[in-house]
Amino acid sequence: MTDWSGYIGLILQGALVTMELTVMGSALAVVMAFVAGLGRVSRSMAIRALATTYIEFFRGTSIFVQLFWVYFVLPFAGVTLSPLQAGVLALGLNVGAYGAEVVRGAVKAIGREQREACIALNLTRAQAMRHIILPQALPLMLPTFGNNAIELLKGTAVVSLISLTDMTFQAQVVRAQTGSTLIPFATILVLYFLMALAISHGMRWLERRVTRGLDGMRT
Amino acid sequence: MEWDWNFVWEIMPTLIEGLKITLLATVFGAALAAVIGLAFAILRMTAPRPIAKTTSFVVEFIRGTPLLVQLYFIFYVLPDIGIRLPALLAGVIGLGLHYGTYAAEVYRAGIENVPRGQWEAAKATNLTTRQTWIHVVLPQAIPPMIPALANYLIAMFKETPLLSAITVLELMNQAKSVANSSYRYIEPMTLVGVFFLIMSLISVVFLRFLEDRFSPLEQR
Repeated sequence: MTDWSGYIGLILQGALVTMELTVMGSALAVVMAFVAGLGRVSRSMAIRALATTYIEFFRGTSIFVQLFWVYFVLPFAGVTLSPLQAGVLALGLNVGAYGAEVVRGAVKAIGREQREACIALNLTRAQAMRHIILPQALPLMLPTFGNNAIELLKGTAVVSLISLTDMTFQAQVVRAQTGSTLIPFATILVLYFLMALAISHGMRWLERRVTRGLDGMRT
Repeated sequence: MEWDWNFVWEIMPTLIEGLKITLLATVFGAALAAVIGLAFAILRMTAPRPIAKTTSFVVEFIRGTPLLVQLYFIFYVLPDIGIRLPALLAGVIGLGLHYGTYAAEVYRAGIENVPRGQWEAAKATNLTTRQTWIHVVLPQAIPPMIPALANYLIAMFKETPLLSAITVLELMNQAKSVANSSYRYIEPMTLVGVFFLIMSLISVVFLRFLEDRFSPLEQR
């Protein structure tokens, strides 16, 4: 009879790594999404081109290919990253590219009259963006950001293939040691699902929080 | 290490071999996803409440968990209960199931977007349920779905490298084995990236065309 408590502990350790990756990857993704998303609506042609290249490049290949590239090819260019760093970098840049399109879409969706009012009030472009456009665009972005965060969570499973000890990796370890397949894989499937539920509930809470005070302003 | 063009040409045939498997998995995965998605969508909309609820939960569950783990589940757990699948078939089933849940949402949205008046008119003209679906609802529901479905097709194509984790010899796996036997990582890994980038850039152009072609008249 196998003693499962130790193996469950192993999987829970992996769960911590998965959460760590999700949180750090999301942080990087949000930063990249705003940088590239606002870059897409910039007045400067060069910045627009740069942002478009970044977005198309990272949306054009999968997270898996990018991760392997970062982990195996960058060392030859003199950049050696730990698996965790490579994972956060690849996940953040990949999901950030998807997020950038969301930011752009939401900013574009804010009506012309808001921009015209900003010009009439003599606000600079930065002020208009910071005080008028973004506060209204943010609630539009959040639901899609929630989906993107869940995509990122699911993407973290891939890092197990570059020997980072996340939940999927630990499940493989348990499988190798016990020969049991159902228990480790069923356990991590449930854990991933619970994490995804937590993210979608968290985003819904955040949505209520940022729309407070905006009632009646949008139709 | 320097980029070596000779080595690139040397490994090209192997990579092309892998690309064939990648495309094969994409095509069959997409076909399966289209069918499974339709089944999920119909179950959710027309089945009795408990079945519809269960289907919704299954769909949510599949969407909330990583494809990689689902592939492991299909490939490693099913043999324990006597279902032994070849790696490629397991991969196709995994892709089909995962993207089927996404396709189900597209179908549902497409069917719900057909105005109620169309259903009522079909009833008023005494069409059977079958005739209503085939001649009235689906012809109006399907064209707007096409761009969204194509979008998921591209997404699925990009996810096929995951099949290498369950030993399918597709593009990524061929590149990895070439890299491991020659100790050169730059060329194979970069080429895989370039292959995918080219394919998806082409498909983005194709997608734009589909969007123009099938968008509702008033938006054109």
